[in-house]
Amino acid sequence: MRVTVRLFARLRDIAGTSELARDLAPGATIGTVWRQLAGEFPALADYERSISSAVNADYARMDHVLRDGDEVAFLPPVSGG
Amino acid sequence: MTTPLLAIGPEPLELERAAAALDASVGSNAGSDGAVVMFLGLVRNHNVGRRVRYLEYEAYEPLALKAFERISAEIHERWPDARLALHHRIGRLEIGEASIAIAARSPHRANAYAACRYAIERVKQIAPIWKREFFDGGDMWIEGATADPEDQRARAEAERIACA
Repeated sequence: MRVTVRLFARLRDIAGTSELARDLAPGATIGTVWRQLAGEFPALADYERSISSAVNADYARMDHVLRDGDEVAFLPPVSGG
Repeated sequence: MTTPLLAIGPEPLELERAAAALDASVGSNAGSDGAVVMFLGLVRNHNVGRRVRYLEYEAYEPLALKAFERISAEIHERWPDARLALHHRIGRLEIGEASIAIAARSPHRANAYAACRYAIERVKQIAPIWKREFFDGGDMWIEGATADPEDQRARAEAERIACA
């Protein structure tokens, strides 16, 4: 299955892109995607404990199981207002 | 065109539009309200000793709107007679420009003040929005709270500040 990954703010800068696609085995979770990305872009690992994640524009936990076509987003600590 | 109660986008903000959106939403019940409290957040020219030149705001827009809806629902739960309008701007903002406009109304001032303050505190906790600060000598992403809408301690803290 294939998911789209969205990255924001400094995470986007680290990866050099705001959006990428990843092929995953069935049963993969948000955490699976995060570990893959952190392997590719080691500077992301600093965010392990401070990121939030979302699936299809709803907050979701790292153990959330993904489905084909999902949009996964990783969000560094926020600073709106 | 009517202004939505909750919005995020690149257009410049005006408090009057947030207040007007609220007026329209309460319709024929408007006569029962006795207070409107408004907050306008501005881009400041200094931050922890840095001379700020301008800010760039970025958001995960669909989730930001849902976060605003959540904040509005939380306000309805905590202060059932209060109503909220909240507009956030994104893109490049110059010094002195408004990044957020909030209006809260209620039959009594205490709840309007509380709802308005609660809304800005919750935006800073759970809205997926980021500011990049461009200052004399460089730029950096500002990183505040880890967004977790289910974190009841954060919610209680926002409520405590709102009612202080």
